[in-house]
Amino acid sequence: MYVAVKGGEAAIANAHGLLAHDRRGDTAVPELTPEQIREQLSIAVDRVMTEGSLFDRDLAALAIKQARGDLIEAIFLVRAYRTTLPRFGFAVPLDTAAMRIRRRISATYKDLPGGQVLGPTFDYTHRLIDFALAAGTPVPEPQTAPADTARAPRVTDIIGGEDMIERNPPHDPDAPVGDLTRDPLAFPAGRDLRLQNLARGDEGFLLALGYSTQRGYGRTHPFVGEIRMGEVEVEFFIEDLGFAVSLGEITVTECQMVNQFKGSATEPARFTRGYGLGFGHCERKAMSMALVDRALRADEFEEERKAPAQDEEFVLSHSDNVQSTGFVEHLKLPHYVDFQAEITFLRELRRKHGAAQAGPQHIMPEAAE
Amino acid sequence: MDKHHPHAPPRAAIIGTLARAETSELREAVHAHWPGLQWREAKPAEAGLVMLRGRTGGDGAAFNLGEATVARAVIDLETGERGHGQCLGRDMEKARLAAVFDALWQRETDRDAVERHVIAPVRARIARQGANDAARAAATRVNFFTLVRGED
Repeated sequence: MYVAVKGGEAAIANAHGLLAHDRRGDTAVPELTPEQIREQLSIAVDRVMTEGSLFDRDLAALAIKQARGDLIEAIFLVRAYRTTLPRFGFAVPLDTAAMRIRRRISATYKDLPGGQVLGPTFDYTHRLIDFALAAGTPVPEPQTAPADTARAPRVTDIIGGEDMIERNPPHDPDAPVGDLTRDPLAFPAGRDLRLQNLARGDEGFLLALGYSTQRGYGRTHPFVGEIRMGEVEVEFFIEDLGFAVSLGEITVTECQMVNQFKGSATEPARFTRGYGLGFGHCERKAMSMALVDRALRADEFEEERKAPAQDEEFVLSHSDNVQSTGFVEHLKLPHYVDFQAEITFLRELRRKHGAAQAGPQHIMPEAAE
Repeated sequence: MDKHHPHAPPRAAIIGTLARAETSELREAVHAHWPGLQWREAKPAEAGLVMLRGRTGGDGAAFNLGEATVARAVIDLETGERGHGQCLGRDMEKARLAAVFDALWQRETDRDAVERHVIAPVRARIARQGANDAARAAATRVNFFTLVRGED
């Protein structure tokens, strides 16, 4: 139990002053601007937006600067900021099939309509430190090639054309969509709430859970059907106008995982699916999300639930790094009264134990008193 | 956006283009072509949130993905036309300017000028950037080929 304490105002103010000083670092080195973070640490910005659950590149960049690069702290700042703004409403669901694709790969089909486009990827790099970057060498213009204007169908739609993959639950525009920012999470959660929870969940936590399914803790035999990254339009219905308008474009990463097939006496066998989607370029996160989404569907496919990644309550209750850090880090706050009670109780136990074992002559004097 | 909403009015496409304009493009167009334009805010411009939605598996049931910041403004011209401006981000000046051009576009005498001086250049820039992105991505198109491994 945490009991409130008073006092320490001057020390706290000075500590925050010292934090600001240390954040700045050596003043002989130029100060970072949020614009530099936004443009040059863009993957960190994307992670803060995805797990902060707020698409705003400038805000995420500023939060990273304020948090000294502590991304969970930055996510916390973004989450706190969003509570200060009114909500105008809900956007029309994003159409990822209409994405302006900058990266699109499939591990299931070598040749697919629309092609495999590597885009700006760390894949196939040698992971050697590039000392030329330290010297600030100018970057040459990227190569260009004639673009294919054909629409790139989702790989899952190609498999779906042969009816060899389960269909997604149908979209009903009038059906309510669960929102865990408004209503507390209850179990069992629908897939809508699970996907919302996973979309804002901690990348490291979901990565570890996804990895655990690959190692046998809730195995789902995944293939990356497709990963695509690029720009999609955000559309919003304006009541006063009576029609939907575009608010602009955002970058998202989508992962379609194709998993272990399932059939029954009445249904032919079909591949099953796991789905991942996040803000910006967040491939590892989208893949991990898709693995965990599929693992959490164990009951739907009558799979025995025995691994952590299949346990909805365990996964959804511990995926949020702001909640996690809040409860873990609160242990740092003064627990003096609580601990004093434990000390008193323990002394009493030990006194009784000592008295029973060897008699009163062995009881130590209490040095602290 | 016409492809998603075949019945969306032409005004929706204009508003969509204004949402993707740079603030500087709108500001400079006002100064250059409508200096001294009078308008007033019908509602104070404000920043808020819109909850973005994904669809399960890309085309299935909707789920709440996460929010985005949105700035919006509603303005009236002296001649009575009301304009709506809204765009991703927190730039209230941009929302106001977008609303001003939405209103001007509704004024018969200004529609052509808005399309010529604002909409066309913004669309041209967006198309240029899109083509550039697509050409760079196309250069990373890969043709994997499979190899037989071992003797079996």
